[in-house]
Amino acid sequence: MFELCRVAKRFGERWALTPTDLVVPSGRTLALIGPSGSGKSTLLRLMVGLLRPDQGEVRFVGTELTPERAEALRRRMGFVVQGGGLFPHLDARENAAIMAKYLKWDAKRIQQRIDLLVELTKLPSDRLGKYPVQLSGGEKQRVSLIRALMLDPDVLLLDEPLGALDPMTRFELQRDLQRIFAQLRKTVVLVTHDLSEAAFFADEIVLLRGGRIIQRGTLEDLLRSPADPFVTQFINAQRPPPSLGSIAR
Amino acid sequence: MSRRTRRTTFCHPKWWILLRRVLRGCVVGLVVSACPATQKSIAVGSKAFTESVILGEITTQLLQARGVPATHRQQLGGTRILWDALLKGEIDIYPEYTGTIAEELLGAERGLDPADLERQLRQRGIGLGPSLGFDNSYAIAVRRDVAARLKLRRLSDLANHPELRLGFSHEFMDRADGWPALRERYRLPQRDVRGLDHEVAYRALASNSIQATDLYSTDPEILQQDLLLLEDDLRHFPRYDAVLLYRAELEQRVPKAPLVLNRLAGRISPNDMIQMNAKAKRDRIPESEVAADFLRRTLNLETEAPRVGWATRLRQHTEEHLSLVLVSLAAAVVISIPLGILAAKRRRLGQVILAVAGTIQTIPSLALLVFMIPVLGIGPRPAIAALFLYSLLPIVRNTYAGLTGIAAEIRESAEALGLPSAARLRLIELPLASPTILAGIKTSAVINVGTATLGALIGAGGYGQPILTGIRLANVGLILEGAVPAALLALGAQAAFELLEPVLVPRGLRLR
Repeated sequence: MFELCRVAKRFGERWALTPTDLVVPSGRTLALIGPSGSGKSTLLRLMVGLLRPDQGEVRFVGTELTPERAEALRRRMGFVVQGGGLFPHLDARENAAIMAKYLKWDAKRIQQRIDLLVELTKLPSDRLGKYPVQLSGGEKQRVSLIRALMLDPDVLLLDEPLGALDPMTRFELQRDLQRIFAQLRKTVVLVTHDLSEAAFFADEIVLLRGGRIIQRGTLEDLLRSPADPFVTQFINAQRPPPSLGSIAR
Repeated sequence: MSRRTRRTTFCHPKWWILLRRVLRGCVVGLVVSACPATQKSIAVGSKAFTESVILGEITTQLLQARGVPATHRQQLGGTRILWDALLKGEIDIYPEYTGTIAEELLGAERGLDPADLERQLRQRGIGLGPSLGFDNSYAIAVRRDVAARLKLRRLSDLANHPELRLGFSHEFMDRADGWPALRERYRLPQRDVRGLDHEVAYRALASNSIQATDLYSTDPEILQQDLLLLEDDLRHFPRYDAVLLYRAELEQRVPKAPLVLNRLAGRISPNDMIQMNAKAKRDRIPESEVAADFLRRTLNLETEAPRVGWATRLRQHTEEHLSLVLVSLAAAVVISIPLGILAAKRRRLGQVILAVAGTIQTIPSLALLVFMIPVLGIGPRPAIAALFLYSLLPIVRNTYAGLTGIAAEIRESAEALGLPSAARLRLIELPLASPTILAGIKTSAVINVGTATLGALIGAGGYGQPILTGIRLANVGLILEGAVPAALLALGAQAAFELLEPVLVPRGLRLR
């Protein structure tokens, strides 16, 4: 789905991402994990084309992601940020439908799609007429997910989707997201700093540090054969939930 | 279901359609007001002080009585404004003083003799009309009873009384031809000489704490305080003979006009002028009536002094003021919002745009108005242009701030959806910035209402007109006639924007 070849990104003097290769296979869920400033969000933004690489190239479904092609290609990606990134002047339905409206879908088609996604995401349907300020954190994320899925994209890219939620909501949404990913069988790239979350969702984990990929593999790979002392350090720093063993595959 | 469909019609928001409609109306207004008035009649101008207004009124009424259509554009600020307007053909005639012409307008060191004056004016396309018969220069005045007791008649006589206490206006103390030069010329021995405010000097004369002061030789106080002007026997002061200046092309365009003006030659004596100034200032008789009375007595002419009622005046000033504010504001909105967008999109260019708009803001409003005259003449056009320039900064800055203040996650989400940048601007960024932009427009509107009062100084009318007259005549009632509606209009503008907010700002941004 994504092929990143020697991709690097610099902010001023600092290299946020040193030349990096990454292939995201179709239909897989990949978690980008690492401490703050490790380059995981930069990597995600390079995939969406929100950032342009200073070196190397990003290919999406076999096409290079250039600024000219970015608009069309992005319509085949769904992007969800921490907090949802909902447009505060539009209600939930308008937020969800904005691209479909822009592409001149007819009202019936929009409605059918929204109905389907409301059911999928378990958003209470009376919330559709509410504005973002009137929605809870979990509801905002569900609406954001509906908006991202509206055009039935090939891939979902999520940047800390559960980062701003309280533990109860987080737990609930975690379950729902896992179900949704399984149901849709889409390629998913998820950024998180939480190892248990990464392990919970992802087929594979990509651990970054200082703008470099340290190791890529399953949680078991990371636990059993760490590529670097930092891997163990990072894992130990996060207290694993009791059920971790049963979740890890 | 129908409710749902309606709620998704956000692609053409109500506020956008409304804004477009309002702007279209304003652009039409701008074009109409920018078209030069097809004006056949002769325009007589006058400066913003009573004597000039009376002379302008006399000239206008005389022309009218002789069948020459004429209008009076009264109290147009100072010498420079009138002179530029005359050169530009915005006015055809105005009263001026020979000393001012020579020194301020022609840049001569000292007064010029009449032939020289006439020749130099001709070179600039200006005709020197008749001398009206009085001289309004600096003069030294003493109380008539004091003069009689001390046998004071001429300035030379002051030399015989070193004990006299003198009080002069601060300006006179400083001027090149003021007290230092006067003392030198007449070898005056007085030691007790002080600078005083003009009004204080009159009171000091009345209480005999000073015995002489400077004044203008046609000040009404001469009559009110029974003062004697000492004769300038050594001809120290330059002459400020009142004359009429007119555009030389008038001789071809309306050949009759210069001939009619000649009827005023030598007809206004110093005493006439003092009397007329006193009537207007002290007795608060409108200048038009003072002028009509003069023409009736002196030239046996029956003229009509137009009497305009309070309500009519208010309506006229309101219309003028509103058009100044609305047209300039509308033009500023049309220009500033795109500029603000540009500034937000191209940050470096944005800094330049904001700096330029900020610099314009620092130009004093009166100076900006005067700068406009050579390009746009006098009247509403230069005032609108100046107000337009003043309105730019708040709107540009707020548009810029509104757009750049949008949270990164929202901007990213919009971009990640695959919306083209124009669509992002229209559907997301501008609606989100709308409360800030609206606040900028509100600021501009309120500032505009206040600044527009200065437009009266360059003939734009509005609430500044009665304020200006009121200040000139020390008439608080007249000042309030302009100041109160102006204040109410500012409050009204504020209220109007409060009412507009729910229409223009999306509902989602007003919920909290």
